Amino acid sequence: MNFTLKVWRQAGPEAPGRLVTYPADDISPDTSFLEMLDIVNERLIAKNEEPIAFDHDCREGICGMCGAVVNGYAHGHERGTTLCQLHMRSFRDGATIYIEPFRAKAFPVIRDLVVDRSAFDAIITAGGYISIRTGAAPEANAIPVPKENAERAMDAAACIGCGACVASCPNASAMLFTSAKLAHLGLLPQGQPERFERVRTMVSAMEQAGFGSCTNHGECEAACPKEVSMDFIARMNLDLIRASLKHR
Amino acid sequence: MTTKVMTFYGTSVGKKVVMAVTGFIVFGFVTVHMLGNLQIFLGPEKLNAYARFLKGTGAFLWAFRGVLLLSAVLHILSATQVTLQSWAARPEGYAVRRYRETTYAARTMRWGGPIIGVFVVYHLLHFTTGQLHPSAPHFDGTDVYNNVVHGFQVPWTSAVYLLAVLMVALHLYHGVWSMLQTMGAAHPRYNRWRRFLAAAFALLVGCGMAAVPVAVLAGWVRPV
Repeated sequence: MNFTLKVWRQAGPEAPGRLVTYPADDISPDTSFLEMLDIVNERLIAKNEEPIAFDHDCREGICGMCGAVVNGYAHGHERGTTLCQLHMRSFRDGATIYIEPFRAKAFPVIRDLVVDRSAFDAIITAGGYISIRTGAAPEANAIPVPKENAERAMDAAACIGCGACVASCPNASAMLFTSAKLAHLGLLPQGQPERFERVRTMVSAMEQAGFGSCTNHGECEAACPKEVSMDFIARMNLDLIRASLKHR
Repeated sequence: MTTKVMTFYGTSVGKKVVMAVTGFIVFGFVTVHMLGNLQIFLGPEKLNAYARFLKGTGAFLWAFRGVLLLSAVLHILSATQVTLQSWAARPEGYAVRRYRETTYAARTMRWGGPIIGVFVVYHLLHFTTGQLHPSAPHFDGTDVYNNVVHGFQVPWTSAVYLLAVLMVALHLYHGVWSMLQTMGAAHPRYNRWRRFLAAAFALLVGCGMAAVPVAVLAGWVRPV
């Protein structure tokens, strides 16, 4: 298959960036999107040109490292799929493909398609953990967890922190990420003691990182490779209301 | 590293809760306003008696206006603040941008809001104080029925009102749904009813509001 790529090239955080056109010819339909970029990069290196910088790690859709906005969609047009699991067969032969970094003030571009997602770490540092030792795995029935809560906590914990929610949000809001991280702790017994303090500190960290405000478009949920539900955002909102009423 | 914990209103969630609550108050008023308007179809006596009743409530009327004005101010203030926050959150946009879930109503909230705001000022000068009414400077605030009919007999005036009503309906469609989400009312069993509820209210208020200028233009409601 043959494609025309329009790739965002930016030499560094302060350098001006622009879209550069590259041909991507003789690409097997079975290559993944990142493998296609690897091939293009090898050809660039052979021509003594600077390869396109992009983030990647596991390449099996579970680490949250990869991601770019492809033709206007974070992680590309396929639902519930990370960029590494997107395959070139899902594109039309001869297509022009726009590849841009995740855009948000809180995610500054480091180089080309690589962005700094430390803002997510700051949100986790603010309370995305249990601050006591929970010890080894307890006896299975010692702490009863309702089946439904266990399932919902797992649904929230499916978040791999890739940042597609921020990238796809018209407001560059990080509410889906933050709410998922709050929910996977707040739905379980071990997360209860700090539940309401946690929502205050994590939401504060989210705001201070410079993310936008949620206007309930639903683009985050649609772009999420793990299909995390925006019901968690509603839950976070309610927890923050409750926390603000009860904190001393 | 310790995060400085923000006040409730300091967070965008807090601002949105204020927006949701004040929006609900104004929405409640708009619904009652729509029901009041429909009395025009019961004839001039009924409508003018209703207007006399409202104006006769004295201090209560002013308290009510005060709450409404305060709600509108807080609604606009919180909306402006979160909008500026969101605009600042993406200094550089995308060359290509595609949407999957968002609606026309959701994307026009920030333009529909100010348009509705300007319309409300015009509306008050038109029907409440009368400076922009065709009968000005002899506007008689007690004859609501004839004021409405004469006002809407001007086609461009009716057109402005119908456009404003469309804006209000779109604003309500996203606003009602958004309010439920902001206040934490989400549950897989009821989620599909949230959209339905928002659409039903938007349609009800929109049609109820649009009925009066349409009826006047069509000649079903005539001056007496």
